[in-house]
Amino acid sequence: MESWRQQPLVFWIFILPGGLWLLLFFMAPLALVWLFSFGERAGVIGIEITGTLANYWEALEPLYLGLFWKSLWIAAIATLATLIVSFPVALAVSFASRQMKPILLLLVILPFWTNLLIRTYAMIAVLRTNGYINYGLEGVWNGVSAATATVGLGALPAFQPLTLLYNNTAVIIGIVYIYLPFMVLPLYATLERLDRSFLEASLDLGAGQWRTFFNVVVPLAKAGIISGIILVFIPALGTFLISDLLGGPDSQLIGNVIERQFKAANNWPLGAAMSFLLMYVTFAVLALRSMFMNRDV
Amino acid sequence: MSNGGRPMVQIEQVSKRFGNVAAVDDVSLNIAANEFFALLGPSGCGKTTLLRMLAGFEQPTGGRILIDGEDMATVPPNRRPVNMVFQSYAVFPHMTVADNVAYGLKVVGVPAGEIGPRVEQALAMVRLEGFGGRRPDQLSGGQRQRVALARALIKRPKVLLLDEPLSALDRKLREEMQLELVRLQQAVGITFVIVTHDQEEALSMADRIAVMDKGKMLQVAPPQELYEAPNCQMVADFIGKMNLVSGRVTGAEGTRLTIETSGLGTFELDRGYVPKGEVGIAIRPEKIQLLRDKPNGELIAWPGKIAQLAYFGDSSNIYVELESGLRIACTRANQSRQDSVAFKVGDPCWVAWQPGDYLLLDS
Ligand SMILES: Nc1ncnc2c1ncn2[C@@H]1O[C@H](COP(=O)(O)OP(=O)(O)OP(=O)(O)O)[C@@H](O)[C@H]1O
Ligand SMILES: [Mg+2]
Repeated sequence: MESWRQQPLVFWIFILPGGLWLLLFFMAPLALVWLFSFGERAGVIGIEITGTLANYWEALEPLYLGLFWKSLWIAAIATLATLIVSFPVALAVSFASRQMKPILLLLVILPFWTNLLIRTYAMIAVLRTNGYINYGLEGVWNGVSAATATVGLGALPAFQPLTLLYNNTAVIIGIVYIYLPFMVLPLYATLERLDRSFLEASLDLGAGQWRTFFNVVVPLAKAGIISGIILVFIPALGTFLISDLLGGPDSQLIGNVIERQFKAANNWPLGAAMSFLLMYVTFAVLALRSMFMNRDV
Repeated sequence: MSNGGRPMVQIEQVSKRFGNVAAVDDVSLNIAANEFFALLGPSGCGKTTLLRMLAGFEQPTGGRILIDGEDMATVPPNRRPVNMVFQSYAVFPHMTVADNVAYGLKVVGVPAGEIGPRVEQALAMVRLEGFGGRRPDQLSGGQRQRVALARALIKRPKVLLLDEPLSALDRKLREEMQLELVRLQQAVGITFVIVTHDQEEALSMADRIAVMDKGKMLQVAPPQELYEAPNCQMVADFIGKMNLVSGRVTGAEGTRLTIETSGLGTFELDRGYVPKGEVGIAIRPEKIQLLRDKPNGELIAWPGKIAQLAYFGDSSNIYVELESGLRIACTRANQSRQDSVAFKVGDPCWVAWQPGDYLLLDS
């Protein structure tokens, strides 16, 4: 492990390309945005770094603070929903036969092969008023209606399609759909490593399936659960595409506001300040995680 | 026992196939209440599979299992009156020792007031008083094993299943735990079924032993009978050490047989029955005397010379090569300090045994 100390040249040759890449395309832009957050607009494209804190004060105005808060909530609910949907999926994959496992994993990862934008548009086709869900529901409804009519109970009133699109629920459904693999994969990884004899011991001691799940599986899968939550919560917090396409007029999230500052509103300093506030929230989440993970390991 | 002499566990023509592998093949077996029963056999012979069928983790593909007279076919693992000590112990790492032991009571809704004292009692039984607050990763392997034991015993099962419970322990601790398990079994009066591939362990602990090979049950007998009267070559070879030579029955007068062997000449033997064709002749190494001079009298004796010595402290294994080329192992207790150096490789000697010490085995 210490050998790179004896071969500093080799070490630097290996570290150089990656290091340069990170420096040029990650650290430098980040530093630039950080500087912008202390600047003022000068003309149409110019930004003057004046060291002002005005952008931060503006970003903390009640209007934006409310949006921060709402984004936190939506991200939290969506993350929880993703967890609830993903757990059975991850369990099913980890208990599947050796031949089925790669196929099921492939199905989980398959959506990644399609562009995010296209996947989100696909959700519109599923959720809209004359989308697939409403089609399906209408079919069932008409079937039931025909049945009741023949039995002599009279037909049901005409089918009213559900409004599934352009509201907060649609945004949450969208986040769950887009980020599902990020939750399933870490959960699967921990469940796969989980010694089956713990589950058998629990059953053997008289616990049913549910108790075994909550008393043994969930606590022992904690590492995967936390990783999954982080991997879904952080991008969900900053999402703007999903809320833009699936959300309604009241579904604007902080990500949309930031995007607007950099594009339509052309207020880069304010956008930069908001971005950094969002990043601090992310850091807080990560700090919380390391606290949880270290407490009883 | 209240069941009026009915066996606690009845295994009736049970088979288990995985694909085209018969892990357990048409096994029938009764285990009495309060018995300390051992399943013994080489790796892969199906011991764990049989035990897991008793626990309910595997379903037999044929036959049926009754526990205390009740057919277990439709009873899930959490409703069976049996508990298991896993080979890996499976002590829950996210719970304290006390929580581990209490788990089986909590999940079936035993009142909290009753759990505390019973946990104390169970921990005392396995000599872990004061360890309740510890986490499993703060315990040694032997202590973890005792937690697993307490966790199963607190349920007061009708049958306790143990899958190689001692194999992860070092030799000294293993011998200690063997005595401990026997003491516990007598104290709690529960039927124990223990899986092991260590024949000494089985011989020293069990009331009866079942020897398995390739999914089949070869012999079920008390330790002495298994050792002194194995019913086939496989059992004879697996239990203890054995000198085995193949032989052929060349004549029979009633049950008095004339047997021709490769290496031990031709002799007569009466075991009360007539086997067919090829047979095995076996003699335990400790039944063989090693002498400098030809003995007189009843003993069967062969001259040879010492081929190899293996010293074990309390005893030595001495391999004698007969003039026929046959190698005979004999075990000799080192009763005085000179005994271990009494013979050297190359010394001429005689091996001798009582005619009654021959075992006649079907092959
Ligand atoms: N789930 C399974 N799927 C397929 N084959 C299995 C399965 N479990 C066991 N087997 C096979 O059944 C046979 C018996 O296995 P088992 O685990 O009962 O052996 P064992 O006697 O306990 O051996 P060991 O002493 O090594 O633990 C083996 O050939 C094994 O490969
Ligand atoms: Mg086994």
